[in-house]
Amino acid sequence: MTAYLVRRFLLMLLTLAGISVIVFVLLRIVPGNIVDILFDAAGFVDPADKARLEAELGLDKSILVQYASWIGGLLRGDLGFSYVSEKPALAEILPRIPITARLAGLALVFSILIGVPLGVISAVKQNTGLDYALRVLSLSGLSMPAFWLGLLILMAFVAAFGSIPIYSDAPKSFWDSLVMYSVPAAAVGFRSSALIMRLTRSSMLEVLRQDFIRTARSKGASENSINYHHALRNAMLPVVTVIGIEAAFLIGGLIVTETVFNIPGVARFLVEAIRWRDYPIVQNLVMFIAVIVVVINFLVDLLYAALDPRIKYSD
Amino acid sequence: MLVIHRSVVLATALLLGMSVIDAAFAQKQGGILKMYHRDSPASASIHEEATYSTNIPFMGVFNNLVMYKQDVAQNSLESIVPDLATSWSWNADHTKLTFKLRDGVKWHDGKPFTANDVKCTFDMLMGKSSAKFRKNPRKNWYENVTDVAVNGDFEATFSLKRPQPALLALLASGYTPVYPCHVSPAEMRTHPIGTGPFKFVEFKANESIKLTRNPDYWKKGRPFLDGIEFTIIPNRSTAILAFISGKFDMTFPTEVSIPLLKDVKSQAPQAVCKVVPTNVSTNLIVNRDSPPFDNPDLRMAMAMTLDRKAFVDILFEGQADIGGTMLPPPQGVWGLPPEILKTIPGYGPDVKKNRDEARKLMQKAGYGPNKRLKVKVSTRNIPVYRDPAVILIDQLKEIYIDGELDVVETANWFSKVARKDYAIGLNLTGNAVDDPDQAFYENYACGSERNYTKYCNRDLEKLFDQQSMEPDMDKRKKLVWEIDKKLQEDVARPIIFHIHAGTCWQPYVKGVTVMVNSSYNGYRYEDVWLDK
Repeated sequence: MTAYLVRRFLLMLLTLAGISVIVFVLLRIVPGNIVDILFDAAGFVDPADKARLEAELGLDKSILVQYASWIGGLLRGDLGFSYVSEKPALAEILPRIPITARLAGLALVFSILIGVPLGVISAVKQNTGLDYALRVLSLSGLSMPAFWLGLLILMAFVAAFGSIPIYSDAPKSFWDSLVMYSVPAAAVGFRSSALIMRLTRSSMLEVLRQDFIRTARSKGASENSINYHHALRNAMLPVVTVIGIEAAFLIGGLIVTETVFNIPGVARFLVEAIRWRDYPIVQNLVMFIAVIVVVINFLVDLLYAALDPRIKYSD
Repeated sequence: MLVIHRSVVLATALLLGMSVIDAAFAQKQGGILKMYHRDSPASASIHEEATYSTNIPFMGVFNNLVMYKQDVAQNSLESIVPDLATSWSWNADHTKLTFKLRDGVKWHDGKPFTANDVKCTFDMLMGKSSAKFRKNPRKNWYENVTDVAVNGDFEATFSLKRPQPALLALLASGYTPVYPCHVSPAEMRTHPIGTGPFKFVEFKANESIKLTRNPDYWKKGRPFLDGIEFTIIPNRSTAILAFISGKFDMTFPTEVSIPLLKDVKSQAPQAVCKVVPTNVSTNLIVNRDSPPFDNPDLRMAMAMTLDRKAFVDILFEGQADIGGTMLPPPQGVWGLPPEILKTIPGYGPDVKKNRDEARKLMQKAGYGPNKRLKVKVSTRNIPVYRDPAVILIDQLKEIYIDGELDVVETANWFSKVARKDYAIGLNLTGNAVDDPDQAFYENYACGSERNYTKYCNRDLEKLFDQQSMEPDMDKRKKLVWEIDKKLQEDVARPIIFHIHAGTCWQPYVKGVTVMVNSSYNGYRYEDVWLDK
């Protein structure tokens, strides 16, 4: 087990190193840098000013030197300065993390709380009217783009209540926070819940046909015990894998949702930073997201063993 | 009967008197004006930016030497009033402009404002000081200024190479605030210090901008508002819905397009909306050095195939203007009158006839139905550029030109145009000031950085100077018309239309004046108040 953990940890470091190179190179391949964009907005280029600004930001140095400088800083905990706001990158990124974490967490909770029970119900009530209705619901969740659903929700709120659930000030209490994040979390979690619902259903249907379920039933176990204790636990393995992947994919969905609901989180900030070619922000944010994704995947692997005792991690 | 009559007269007089008093003292103090902002500006430093995304939230932090009177919708030399200056005077040959400055004005950090601050600001703008702006987009506005000298703490004199009465028009722009000497350009980008009616509180990128009332503002009784809060909402649909729901008191100025205006009017019928020209023109740029467009006939044919009314009808439901370089009247001060405009090739109302002539020119250049010219039409990848470019391509087909849309990301648009890596392009040109001195030199002078087509006519440049020096407004206007007509006849940069856009606010927002010939000069907000 220890050797497995060490191997996985080293693999994580290697993955992160690879991502750092890819992000760094990709950003430099995209045409234009912050200086081009700043001057584009002004509609002119003063070559002397441009050269001075590029030197000031270190963009005149070779790619290798720039990469070494970034990684060196990262290892020392120095993330550099945002090219746009001229504030430390860490100070720009840190306040946005809890916002996105709350939204993503709530969306994930929403998708699990809706997706798993409805998936079980759909499987248990296979080919009934309820099953058909839940399948339509899950299909619509998969087919509706998040931005469209978000806008529909906003329009419905304005029409029904005359108010709009968008972010304008930081919530002051836990309750405020819950109210503010729940609507966008539902919008972004709907797609994930649909996916989890479908997967839970198909996985449950497969497990419900297994011999041990028949044995449990013949031993007189209640239907609830069979469905939720015996079947669901065994059906959860692929569902947990998907939940892990979805947690990572949520970031993608959040870009749109944060934009529509005007939430100043990490995802929207990342898009803005890419637009400005704000390298220190983009590089560090992508690395931060990469770390989250890699760690989630690692935890999911560990969860397999907890869910299925037959799984052993060999040394 | 006589008694009753007298009573009525007295009561009426009393009511009238009360209403006059009421009008004079009607403005209510207090309240925070809440607006949304269309995007997160690059910085808070007006001098370093070339977008009203910066002017709108930060103009209220500053004062100019002079400014356009904020309750007069049309900017002109006549609507310029003193601001930090108390008066101004020209010397006999109009080469020295002296400002007497206001005494007792304090910067928001408590330091006194003096003439040195004026000198520092303009020295930096002219690139003469050791402190440098990160970028200085309006350096060329002051090419005629040789020096700014101070005489004591409250007098500053601008020395000019030649007379330029319209220098005042540039100094009155929202783009020309006075900066403090003691605050570095870097600090001004993140935490601006001004003398204006509102103090800077915070600017959270992609989130919000907050200003608060300056209790020590030198103009007593102003501002009425306790503060202004801008919530940054880049998504237009969300922003408009938020305004409709009443979350905001006002939309971002001139950001409501004509189709969106219909939504606002139907869902928030109480909203007050004004649609005005923004002094931004959509124009055709042609690479004059690149064959076959080095042939003047080809350029003329392209100008003559333009059906400007179709652009205006499709994109603005008829609510946009057709004109030359300068914004057309009545909102524009210097624009060509319709009787001159219709005499310019391509501006005549008979589009079919214009296109027949255009086709003849194309045939003369060797093109026809069996030999069509294939070309890329480059434009910036944002809707206000892309949409008219598609219509342009359709209209070019009429004269044997098959255009292919070449969308260029914002980051690369200017550099591409500047290095002339294009054949035909569709461009937008915004004028901060409705004055020929800004428009002509910036966009049409030989060697100007923003002269994207590299049109160069030395004779016409002499006329640029002549109109700039002309103190008589009527004579100057005639010269300006002559220049503008020549620019269109030379197909320097065919103007397709002048954009209109809307601004809306809730009925309890009072004292808002939307400028009709510039989108850059009317955001001091010291006269705005909330009637609630």
